[in-house]
Amino acid sequence: MSELDYWSQRLKRGAISRREFIGRAAALGASAAAISTVLAQTDALAAETPRKGGVLRLGLAGGSTTDSVDVTTYNDSVMIAVSHGLFNGLVEWGQDGKPHPELAESFEPKNGAKDWIFNLRKGIKFSSGQEFTAADAIYSLNLHRGDTKSGAAGPMKEVSDVKKLDKNQIQISLAAPDADFPYTLTDYHLLMIPDGFKDWANPVGTGAFTLEKFDPGVRIQLKKRPDYWKEGRGWLDGADITVINDSSARLNALISGQVDAINRVDHKAVGLLTKAPKIEVVRAPGGWFTIMAMMVDREPYSNPDIRLALKYATNREQILKALFSGYGTLGNDHPIPRTDPYFNSELPQRKHDPDKAAYHFKKAGIANPNIVLQTSDAAFNGAVDMATLVQADAAKAGIKMEVKKEPADGFFDNVWLKGPFVASYWGGRPAATQMLAVAFAANAPWNETHWRNEKFDKLLNDARAETDEAKRKGYIWEMQAMLNEEGGALIPAFRDWLDAHNSKVGGHTPHGGFDMDNGMILDKAWMKS
Amino acid sequence: MGKLIVQRSLLGIVTLAAASVLIFIGTEILPGDLASAILQNSATPENLAKLRLDLGLDRPAIVRYFAWLFGALRGDFGHSLANGRDVLEEIAPRFANTMFLATYAAVVAVPLAVGLGLAAAIRQGGAFDRLVNVVTLMTISVPEYFLAYLLIKYVAVDLGWFPSLANVSSDTPFGDRLYYAFLPMLTLVLVIVAHMMRMTRASVLAVMASPYIEMAILKGLTKTRIVLRHALPNALAPIISVVALNLAYLIVGVVVVETVFVYPGLGQLMVDEVSKHDVPVVQACGLIFAAAFILLNLVADILSILSNPRLRQPR
Repeated sequence: MSELDYWSQRLKRGAISRREFIGRAAALGASAAAISTVLAQTDALAAETPRKGGVLRLGLAGGSTTDSVDVTTYNDSVMIAVSHGLFNGLVEWGQDGKPHPELAESFEPKNGAKDWIFNLRKGIKFSSGQEFTAADAIYSLNLHRGDTKSGAAGPMKEVSDVKKLDKNQIQISLAAPDADFPYTLTDYHLLMIPDGFKDWANPVGTGAFTLEKFDPGVRIQLKKRPDYWKEGRGWLDGADITVINDSSARLNALISGQVDAINRVDHKAVGLLTKAPKIEVVRAPGGWFTIMAMMVDREPYSNPDIRLALKYATNREQILKALFSGYGTLGNDHPIPRTDPYFNSELPQRKHDPDKAAYHFKKAGIANPNIVLQTSDAAFNGAVDMATLVQADAAKAGIKMEVKKEPADGFFDNVWLKGPFVASYWGGRPAATQMLAVAFAANAPWNETHWRNEKFDKLLNDARAETDEAKRKGYIWEMQAMLNEEGGALIPAFRDWLDAHNSKVGGHTPHGGFDMDNGMILDKAWMKS
Repeated sequence: MGKLIVQRSLLGIVTLAAASVLIFIGTEILPGDLASAILQNSATPENLAKLRLDLGLDRPAIVRYFAWLFGALRGDFGHSLANGRDVLEEIAPRFANTMFLATYAAVVAVPLAVGLGLAAAIRQGGAFDRLVNVVTLMTISVPEYFLAYLLIKYVAVDLGWFPSLANVSSDTPFGDRLYYAFLPMLTLVLVIVAHMMRMTRASVLAVMASPYIEMAILKGLTKTRIVLRHALPNALAPIISVVALNLAYLIVGVVVVETVFVYPGLGQLMVDEVSKHDVPVVQACGLIFAAAFILLNLVADILSILSNPRLRQPR
């Protein structure tokens, strides 16, 4: 994506001001005409007034017959989108990349961000008529703590205690200070249900809809709740979600008008789709990235020059173009996306440089380093192609490298976290410190590069404990620079989320977190007349 | 004759038992397990171990086989490991959908194929015969998903006559079902017609070469009457077995068509569950498919025996 495209997207979702956009665009040398076109589009977007009524029909990939409404089980798009229609969280991850109050009307750190006070919104009713209080919040959070199979068990490990202060106030204590803790609560599993609730066949929530029909992996229908609490949200009368895992079938359903919006548009089809009348592609740059992880404590990757040689050898532009048709952004060997407020914008982008690669390779002085990149299309569709591209690039710099294609089944069991050089992906995390902590802290269970660096860990702990923005930024920027230069992660590209909808749908906006507006489409979207 | 039928039935049961062993072994040797498939990227050693214990994956394979087999004989296929629902309850609506589509396609395809085959036999060597042969051969030669995409492109998107999504549900009225499932049905019909039609034509023509048909011609009967009254009854056995084979395909082999049209049938369920390692559901699907296949072949055998006087009185 061009820089101008990137800034226009930021402007459209309100992440930057008009003034800032004009400044950036002018700095890029964009013509006054181009700038005013983007501004006019943005105005048109803002001028669209939401309208009540209508049923939104979605065709979504990422659903399975094993899906359940149980909040601890979500792992893919369909249930994430459905659950955010049925339930609310305490905190919403806004389009500006920041945490916003949802069922918690305000929150503040105490004790150097070791304790957090959450003030719960008063007078919110569950679909059963009962009022949402502290007991419900505590039960809902504790579902994901301790002895649980919840997908949020990992992120919730930092919580050491959740206690009630009064009927509408809870205190969450952490094992260590974390200034980004509200981001943790934006996890899509952490939704609020009534105290003691277990009857997942008949879910009760505070969301805009109630469950009308649940046929997992096939079709899910939701019906509007007349008394939804959130202002400026919940426009639809209902939603009809059809699970369409086949990519072409999804496109066909949208083009032939059988659904109004789809997720995961095949990037190869975007060109065709934008030509189709009355169909708009929603492109959301986000935190999803591909990674080739070298374990820094294993031969030959323990040699920093080997790591640098491979980093310089990789042709990132080519990977971005070949794998994602350009619908993404270049990676700079650290996991923080451009959309993140803490993205290190002054760190130079690493470029494809075979000479430098050859120089570092020679400097490493290992005559025959046995470099084997393990991967599988189970990691992500295109992982094997990416590995092959890197292999060809490395050969150009005189580095001999092998690609080993692993069986798709059991890839994350048997290869990921076990092999010394593995290509896979990360879904990204809401907060920069979370992403750094989950994969690069010395004690992180998913530290796939075996990156154990005291200085880095100290910076990370400092950043988490620091509430002063300028200092935090300094720490987080330095960690990115460290990973870029010394780290074992070769991160060539970030992929955009690509959704599409027809002209009847309004309020379907891009979000860097996940597809379908980070799963919030049912809460936010409306049907035009 | 009775003895022959009993014999065939017993053989069928033995085959089914053998299939059950194969199904069980097949699901055992899949690498990885359900626990890690469910948790994917969010697996930690602790929640993985907990989930494995919850699911009973720690018991030895042989114990699980017999527990499963005896359960299945009582109609109890256990609970889905992934979502805890009763397997039979989960499979029943999907199986009904699969049977609906299979029946829909069969009701159109079998009369069409046999009719075309007979018509081609009557006008052997004529323009009609050649045309039918070429067209059906073409539709069988194209992969079914390609046929499906062609139909979607022209019939669903360009003309807008029928929907490309066949997302029927249990409360869809019968008429709507026929409408929604039209394109998947048409795809299947195009795939299976050629085989049955050519077999009908070939076996009728083979009989037409026999002396008693010459006699009938010399008697001055019309060609239509000769084919329908004299040749067809003696050509039935091979036609029946080909029809059975194609009906079995309609039940067990339509997963690609189901996926393209998003039709909630059993094949799609099975593929879904294989990738989730939901063993009880996969095993139950496998057993149902095996049973359907064996049963249809058994029926074909029995019908062939009944249609053939020589087999009715075996040596």
